[in-house]
Amino acid sequence: MNYKKWWLIALGFCLVVATISPLASSSPDGLEKVAEDKGFIDVAQGSPFEIIADYVFPGIENEAFATILAGWIGVLLMFGIAYGIAWLVQSRKNKAAV
Amino acid sequence: MHIPDGFLSTATVATTYVISAGGIGNAVRLANKNLGEKHIPMMGILAAFIFAAQMLNFPVAGGTSGHFLGAALVAILLGPWAAVLIMAVVLTGQCFIFQDGGILALGANIFNMGIVGGFSAYYIYKGLSAVLGDSNRSKLISGFAASWASVLLASIACAIELAVSGTSPLSVALPAMAGVHAIIGVGEGLITVAVVSLVMATRSDLLKLQRI
Repeated sequence: MNYKKWWLIALGFCLVVATISPLASSSPDGLEKVAEDKGFIDVAQGSPFEIIADYVFPGIENEAFATILAGWIGVLLMFGIAYGIAWLVQSRKNKAAV
Repeated sequence: MHIPDGFLSTATVATTYVISAGGIGNAVRLANKNLGEKHIPMMGILAAFIFAAQMLNFPVAGGTSGHFLGAALVAILLGPWAAVLIMAVVLTGQCFIFQDGGILALGANIFNMGIVGGFSAYYIYKGLSAVLGDSNRSKLISGFAASWASVLLASIACAIELAVSGTSPLSVALPAMAGVHAIIGVGEGLITVAVVSLVMATRSDLLKLQRI
């Protein structure tokens, strides 16, 4: 399998993983649970601004779809940013070699 | 394991920011030296996969959930500095866009999940696979153990930060954090092994990329 086809399939797989995210457990995670049990959850402060807070795309009534949409955006964004950084670092290397 | 703002003292915030910024700087420098053409899509895929997999909280004992961290997976496939870089990308995105993890706590989150997670996994994996041999089976066993330990050690780092910040004493935070993450780490190990097997089965050459 050529490499481009491989990573495009892998990216598609990541989008599928994001699509099943509404099935995730909504229980508190390890740290949150410890903070609740040990009585320091109340010192947590929220963010001064919200964009796609808590992986729910704002303004969409269907929460499952709002979560899936947040997941798709995140997957594509993370792919783009990490790819972009790696590409920038790489092309700087090529220029430096000239 | 994303620490929200409010849990850490100013000194802890400052210290972890300095360490993580230094770590990212060094990761970029080494990436600049060692990244090849094939690394570029792989870095993107790993960041995308970690983001997606982190959304899938799985239930563990007692009304608690855990999720994949991913530093061990990157460390095994691309090396510890690549893990620092990719975890920094994912955690920064989660912090600023998805409001998961505090802005002041970002340095600590990158330190725990990227630096502690990535480096512990890398050296445990390397050590164990040197002992167990070069077979795929030995790589998967080493990968499972390294992933499990990386989650446990990241949670211990988190407990120490909570303690030095005066949020929760070490005698309370450490056993509680280590206890629950020893279970969550099993999930980390299983996911890492599944992904590494998938890469082995489809493009085993990608397991031989230069480590960063």
